[in-house]
Amino acid sequence: MFNPQLNAEGKLKHLLSIEGLPKSILNEILNTAESFVGIAEREVKKVPLLRGKTVCNIFFENSTRTRTTFEIAAKRLSADVLNLNVSTSSQSKGESILDTVNNLIAMHADMFVVRHYQSGAAHLIAQHVPDSISVINAGDGRHSHPTQGLLDVFTIRKFKPDMHNLRVAIVGDVLHSRVARSEIHALTTLGVPEVRVIAPKTLLPTNIEKLGVQVFHDMKAGLKDVDVVMMLRLQNERMNGAMLPSSQEYFKTYGLTQEKLDLARSDAIVMHPGPMNRGVEIDSAVADGSQSVILPQVTYGIAVRMAVMAILASGGQA
Amino acid sequence: MNILIKNGRMIDPANQRDAIQDIYITEGKIAGIAQAPAGFSANQTIDASGLIVAPGLVDLSTRLREPGLEYKATLTSELQAAVAGGVTSVACLPDTEPTLDEPGLVEMLKYRAKTLNLAHVYPLGALTTQLQGKTLTEMYELTQAGCVGFTQADQPIIDTQVLWRAFEYATTFGYTLFLRAEDPFLAKDGVAHDGEVASRLGLKGIPSAAESLALATILRIASETNAKLHICRLSTAEGVTLVRNAKKQGIRVTADVSIQHLHLTELDIGYFNTFAHLRPPLRTQRDLEALCEGVKDGTIDAICSDHTPVDDDDKILPFAESEIGATGLELLLPLSLKWADAYQIPLSTVIQRISTSPANIMGIPAGRLSIGDAADIVIFDSKTFTKIEANKLKSMGKNTPFLNLELPGQVEYTFVEGQARFSRL
Repeated sequence: MFNPQLNAEGKLKHLLSIEGLPKSILNEILNTAESFVGIAEREVKKVPLLRGKTVCNIFFENSTRTRTTFEIAAKRLSADVLNLNVSTSSQSKGESILDTVNNLIAMHADMFVVRHYQSGAAHLIAQHVPDSISVINAGDGRHSHPTQGLLDVFTIRKFKPDMHNLRVAIVGDVLHSRVARSEIHALTTLGVPEVRVIAPKTLLPTNIEKLGVQVFHDMKAGLKDVDVVMMLRLQNERMNGAMLPSSQEYFKTYGLTQEKLDLARSDAIVMHPGPMNRGVEIDSAVADGSQSVILPQVTYGIAVRMAVMAILASGGQA
Repeated sequence: MNILIKNGRMIDPANQRDAIQDIYITEGKIAGIAQAPAGFSANQTIDASGLIVAPGLVDLSTRLREPGLEYKATLTSELQAAVAGGVTSVACLPDTEPTLDEPGLVEMLKYRAKTLNLAHVYPLGALTTQLQGKTLTEMYELTQAGCVGFTQADQPIIDTQVLWRAFEYATTFGYTLFLRAEDPFLAKDGVAHDGEVASRLGLKGIPSAAESLALATILRIASETNAKLHICRLSTAEGVTLVRNAKKQGIRVTADVSIQHLHLTELDIGYFNTFAHLRPPLRTQRDLEALCEGVKDGTIDAICSDHTPVDDDDKILPFAESEIGATGLELLLPLSLKWADAYQIPLSTVIQRISTSPANIMGIPAGRLSIGDAADIVIFDSKTFTKIEANKLKSMGKNTPFLNLELPGQVEYTFVEGQARFSRL
């Protein structure tokens, strides 16, 4: 099976998932992102790398935050940006996913940023676009959200530069989380020696340990001596039912409070992909506390997305 | 019309024959084996030197898509696919539009199939009206119209009271129930085996226990009601063990497996290959080995094609939204030969599993080459490899995970009732 993300020279052609990407490409993206961090602080927040190119954000699932950061990233690279919110337009009229994409191809877009509620949708689109178009997965079902995974490791690298000497815990609804899957692959590929997942059994995928993580069901044991705590969002629809009895009980057992965080290393950082449910998976005092790096994550997210777009636009060269 | 098939290696498991012998056909029936019947003079002679001559294949699970789903496939296209694949009899599933739950529909289908002069069609009737699992169908009338058994296709009967009564009623008349074992709640929204691959790809899983739980229930009811039960498309190691034990206990149960499940595992989903979106889902290597062992030792009586032609529009979709199934009639023989080669299974055992045994399960006079039987015969070259190519498949469904693979087995002739309904040249 060929790797659908790389071209014949082994350079990045599409960004569909972290899994399957070599460490060198991940580092290339992170190093490139480093050079884009400063741009936002300049008076003119633009570089001309994507001038004359059209980036099309195709969102089959609602999202404000991710779409906005991709839009800002593209604009800072001087691209023209087209936002298409398909969840409220053509799909409800019965148009197929490929018909939608073919229409945009006919409008000569150069890059697609795709979010879809089904796992594998970005792969499907990447298989059916002409060679000149690159696809960036902005989240597909439960499968992958590679730019989130990248910005998370970028943030970790900023605060904890020695990746080979880290203990990271991912806490919460791993089962439904594309973010968790991307984080796990990014961390293990970059050589983080110990990645833990902490969740009740109902929120863990079968055989998750095969991805190279240690499984904990007790939050206190799982957080012991970790350097990084990555919290996951708990979707509203999972809070009451056969997965979990109530959000209150969830907060008591798996919500991050200062008391539980104190079990981690004293210099541990706290992350969250947003949007947060305060008082469900994370206590406000922790989210806004001194160990939280949640807002830097957002800032770095733009630099990382700029890096991905810049590399794809240059045919995989950093 | 008298036909002589000479010099072929005749494999007929029903009569324990495997030898170079000539077959004489008169008036559509087998008139002589090894020895010409008195006064026989051939109008046509086929030299089958170097070829295998076997009873035509019998498939236990074919979706013909008629009535109602002609945009996916038609009776003509799929029965052409059948004879091109050496299949002379098919059991077709009732999940059409409308459902095959009324005698009139079955009669119409039988009649249409007969006028096409291709393969024999033996419908499996719906066990419950519209497969809804609530009201029993007119099984007696449906049998009169031509049904050879009753099934729910992929629909469950959730109410165990209804399930029990369906067993009792069918058993009253000696009809066979064809059921696939899957707990509808554990399988809900699932699209792949609940294991490592589904977890990595973020696909909703169907645990192996969905099969074993449902299987335990229906085997228990079969035991209580003394029903004739056929388990369709086993997929798990535990399922094979349950059937093996049930047979030891004397429960009247038979079972089949799809040919896809003897070759593929969850890993073959690869990067969301929707051609590997099958039901039951492709499982692990451990399950595959247990299924192979089951076919070898006879726990699994038959191998079926699970032929399900699907149009491109319903396959070029995100994995979970794509339609389930693979086209299979033209691949049943090549894939069975490849499997036999890999597991060192004698050819006669393979023919038994894809012809003799399924014919016995359906209770039809086929799957054997006895004097006086209808001359349903396949002649094939087991050594020549052919590439599976979409444009060469007769089936309207081009959906198979085996596209572009070189597989052994080239059908030279397919005879149905003594007529060559397919010849390669």
